[in-house]
Amino acid sequence: MATTVQPQTGAKPVTSLSNEEILRYSRHLIMPEVGMEGQLKLKNAKVLLIGTGGLGAPLGLYLAAAGVGRLGLVDFDVVDFTNLQRQVTFGTSDVGKPKSEAARARLANLNPDIQIQSFETQLTSANALELFKDFDVIVDGTDNFPTRYLVNDACILLGKPNVYGSIFRFEGQATVFGMPDGPCYRCLYPEPPPPGLVPSCAEGGVLGVLPGIVGSIQAMETIKLILGRGDNLVGRLLLFDALGMKFRELKLRKNPNCPMCGTHPTITKLIDYYEFCGVRGEEAPGPTVQVPEITPRELKARLDRGDNLFILDVREPHEYQICNLKGHLLPLGELTRRVHELDSSQEIVAHCRSGKRSAEAVDFLRKAGFRKILNLRGGILAWSDEVDPSVPKY
Amino acid sequence: MPVKVMIPSPLRPYAGKRDSAEFHARTVGEALGHLTTEFGELRKHLFTEDGKLRSFVNIYVNDEDIRYLAKENTPTKDGDTISIIPSIAGGTRAGFVIPSEATDLSRPCRKGFLIDNGIGSLRSGKP
Repeated sequence: MATTVQPQTGAKPVTSLSNEEILRYSRHLIMPEVGMEGQLKLKNAKVLLIGTGGLGAPLGLYLAAAGVGRLGLVDFDVVDFTNLQRQVTFGTSDVGKPKSEAARARLANLNPDIQIQSFETQLTSANALELFKDFDVIVDGTDNFPTRYLVNDACILLGKPNVYGSIFRFEGQATVFGMPDGPCYRCLYPEPPPPGLVPSCAEGGVLGVLPGIVGSIQAMETIKLILGRGDNLVGRLLLFDALGMKFRELKLRKNPNCPMCGTHPTITKLIDYYEFCGVRGEEAPGPTVQVPEITPRELKARLDRGDNLFILDVREPHEYQICNLKGHLLPLGELTRRVHELDSSQEIVAHCRSGKRSAEAVDFLRKAGFRKILNLRGGILAWSDEVDPSVPKY
Repeated sequence: MPVKVMIPSPLRPYAGKRDSAEFHARTVGEALGHLTTEFGELRKHLFTEDGKLRSFVNIYVNDEDIRYLAKENTPTKDGDTISIIPSIAGGTRAGFVIPSEATDLSRPCRKGFLIDNGIGSLRSGKP
């Protein structure tokens, strides 16, 4: 059954389109499912995008092109080169610019007839309700658990739909949370995974097209909510497997005991989401574990001196192909099984991309009795910065 | 015809890179038991030390959440599909997976899921 989103009251609704707008939206207007009535609903709608990255790119582009009258863009990040592989709102000349502003400029060029507000700020428990209150639909295009729970809870407290999308490598998920009779994010995932869980860059990555597909699904659901047309994803979790090119769907039920949207909610205001997700204290970057280190310059000096050092590369084979320091490749995940390949009497320098996986490797090997082992501080990234810029960073 | 267990990408490294596995099983618990016997490394990702299914692990039989059926005692029949649904935050790093064997599990790890990019702030917008 179609569900319509009621526009926020406030500004007087627009009741007509200019001739230029009629021409621009003609392919909508000639469809009876949209028509003039639907196009005016779009023009009077206010949608807030949380995140202007991979999911936010197709969202922003399609919602602006469709004529959503007011778009808010929340992002505090800055465009970098690694974003361009999938964040198609941005061009090479945007690198270094704030994302919210770069996206605003791009979308304003696409459609000058709509209002676009950029909010160059972190979404926090302190500002979420204030930011959300003027919008009809909130679209979650974020990339971390604390913000997912924050967006969910703020939407429930304000009674706003939350168009959800999420991606990992080749898999995507999408649904609509926060509708009166539908489930919320906490009904599906009552608790975040415990901290410390996740692997390393070795397991990360995303094929650039994937957020394009999942973000487009979110854009479609947002437009359907505004138009009140079709069957939306309320109560259904859409799973997309890009490798198998398969869509599946699972039933989502509203949990009557949900602490947020159940019959007797126990969470009645926004909480500390870092604390909830167990990531307090994560702010300070640095290795996961404290282990003896060597700096790239010290390592270079020792190698130049002809010291007999065994370079242990704990990255994955596909990373070794990108660049390497001619070390012995032994991925972190295989270390326990292949530890016999290493000679504890020899001095070993372990490295990875940034120094964190190799810190784990050094920690493990020290516990296994290796005494002459050091971690290359900052990994290949630091080696490229401090010793050999011809080694590419990734 | 056996029961098929779908393995999501974040867990495939612990399941011989397989995307699914098939077992003869009468209940969800039995199928997951076979799965974690065949792939020992998966066990700690799905179950707590005292053998309970982890609270953030969602298991579906066909399109139904076992929380609303008989949980691990949910009966299965030949041809059913059991899905392990990971909580994914989006972005280029994943959630859901317990640290590698090289990590001391008794030590509380505070680095969370943004383990390799050194950014711990509440970020918006970089999937």
